[in-house]
Amino acid sequence: MNPRLAKVLINGSLSALAAAALLPLLWMLSVSFMAPGEASALPPPLLPAHATLHNYRELFAHAGMGRYLLNSLLISSAITALALASNLMAGYAFAKLRFAGRERLFQALIGALVIPAQVAMLPLFLLLKTIGLVNSYAGVIVPGMATIFGIYLVRQYARGVPDELLEAARIDGASELRIFGQIVLPLLKPIMVTLAIFTFLAAWNDFMWPLIVLTGQEHYTLPLALASLARDHVQDSELMMAGSVVTVLPVLLLFLALQRYYLQGLLLGSVKG
Amino acid sequence: MNRQRAAWLFLAPALLVLGVFFILPVIAALGLSLTDYDLYALADIHNLRFVGLHNYWALLHRPLFWSALGNTFYFVAVGVPLSIAASLVAALLLNSPLARIRPFFRTVLFAPVVTTVVAVAVIWRYLFNTRYGLVNYGLAEIGIHPIDWLGDPHWAMPTIIAFAVWKNFGYNMIIIMAGLQAIPPDLYEAARIDGASAPRQFWHITLPLLRPTMMLVVILTVAGYFQLFAEPYVMTEGGPLQSTVSVLYLMYQDGFKWWNLGTASAVAFMLFLIIFAVTTLLLRLARRGEHPAGKRT
Repeated sequence: MNPRLAKVLINGSLSALAAAALLPLLWMLSVSFMAPGEASALPPPLLPAHATLHNYRELFAHAGMGRYLLNSLLISSAITALALASNLMAGYAFAKLRFAGRERLFQALIGALVIPAQVAMLPLFLLLKTIGLVNSYAGVIVPGMATIFGIYLVRQYARGVPDELLEAARIDGASELRIFGQIVLPLLKPIMVTLAIFTFLAAWNDFMWPLIVLTGQEHYTLPLALASLARDHVQDSELMMAGSVVTVLPVLLLFLALQRYYLQGLLLGSVKG
Repeated sequence: MNRQRAAWLFLAPALLVLGVFFILPVIAALGLSLTDYDLYALADIHNLRFVGLHNYWALLHRPLFWSALGNTFYFVAVGVPLSIAASLVAALLLNSPLARIRPFFRTVLFAPVVTTVVAVAVIWRYLFNTRYGLVNYGLAEIGIHPIDWLGDPHWAMPTIIAFAVWKNFGYNMIIIMAGLQAIPPDLYEAARIDGASAPRQFWHITLPLLRPTMMLVVILTVAGYFQLFAEPYVMTEGGPLQSTVSVLYLMYQDGFKWWNLGTASAVAFMLFLIIFAVTTLLLRLARRGEHPAGKRT
C-alpha cells in the first residue's frame, strides 16, 4: 500500500475511534449547561443556546449534591489511606521478610483472587448488621481496608529492593519498623502513587457494595445518589448530565494528572509474576 | 525484634481485614446457601432452618434463574469478543509507526475506562432515548426508523453490550499494546527482507507472539463480564420483560429486595462455580493449543 494512504487511513481511524470515545463525554458536558427541557427537542441540540449554571445550582442547592460529593471524597480517601498502609506492609513482608509458610500463604491469597467479591456480600451484610455498621461510612470503608490485588502489586515492586540495604541497616541495629519506615517506604514511592490512584478510583466508582450497605440517603456516595436521582428525574436530562459531570470529572482529572502511574500499575498488575 | 515476629506484625492488618471481611464471609456464604435464611430469620434467628441443597435444586427449577443465566452468557459471549476486537484494533493502530500524536490518542481512548459506570450509563440512557436521543436522530438522517433501544427486549442487551465495549476497550488496549511492544522488531525486519506482506506479517508474527497476552486478556475479561450488574441496574432495571436481568442482578434482588439471603447465596455460589468452570476451561484450551505450534518447529 502507498505509505501516504496508509498514514491517512491509520490516523483517520484513530481519530474516528477517539471521537467515539469522547463524544458521549462531551455531549454530557454540553447538555449540563443547557436550560431545563432544552435537550428534549427535535432536532436534539448539540450546544446550549445560552449556557447556564442553573443545573449545577439546582443540584447543590436542592438535591444535596454537595453532601454526596463530600461523602464520596471522605469514603474514597479513607479507603485509600487505610488500604495503602495495610497493603504496603503486607506486600513488603511477602517480598522481603522471611517467615515460615510465606510462599504457601501468598499462593493461597492469589488463589482467592478467583472468588468474585459478590459471593462475600450477603454474609458481610449480616456481619456488619450485627456489629452495627450498616448504613454508616465505616460500613463502606471497612471491607476495603486491604486488597489482595494491592498486596500483589506491592510485592512485585518491593522484590526489587536490594537485600544488602536491609541487611546493612540490621547490622547497624535498626529495628524492622525503622527499616520499613526510613529505608523501604521512600523506595516504594512510585508504587505508592500507583496503588493510591488505583484504590481511590475503584472506591470512587464502586457501586454494588455501597448500594447494599448504605440504606439511607444521608451517607450516599455520588454513584448511588446519581442512580437514585436518575430514577426520580427521568425527564430532566440536563440536571442528570450535570450530576454525571460532578461524578466523573474528579476521577478524570485525577487520571489525567497521574496517568503514567495508573497505566504502569495496570500493566504490573496484569502480568503474571 | 525477632524477624519472624516482625513479618507477622506487618502482615497482621491486611490478613485480619481479608480474613474477617472476605474469607470468613465467603465460607459463611456457603453455609448460608444451605439454609432458608429469609425475612423471618432476619427478625428472629430461631426461624432459621437447614435445608441442604434445596436452594440449589429450587434454582434449577426456576425459569428466572435460567433466563438470568442466559442473559449473562449472551452478554459474555457477544460482549467479550467485541470488546477484545475493539481493543486489538485500537492497540494495532496506536502501535503503528505511522500513527501521529500517540500519547493524545492513548489518553482519549483510555478515558472511558476511568469514568464512573453509573454516570456514563446515565449518559447512554439519554443518547439512546427513543424520541430525543442523538442515536436515533442520526439514524433517521440516513433513513432508519427509530429503534426503542432500551425498551425493546431484542435491543436492550445489544445496547448494554455496546455500552460495555465503549466503556472497557481501553483497558485491554493498554495490555495488548505492551504485548505488541514486546515483540522483537528484528522479526518484522527479517520478514520484510523475505518479502512478506503486512497481512502475512500480522498472521505469522504478530498473532502467534501475542497469544499469551490475548489469553490473559480473554480470561480477565470473561471473569469480569460475568459480574454484570450496574449497567442493567441503571439503564434498564432488568427490563424490558426481564431481558437484561443478569445473575448478579438476580442475586441482588433476591437478597436485598426480598431478603431471601439463603436463595441469594446459592445464586452467588452458582455464579462463582460457573466463572471458575469457564475460566478453567479457557485456560485448558489455551494450554492445549500451545503445544503443537510451539514444539513442531
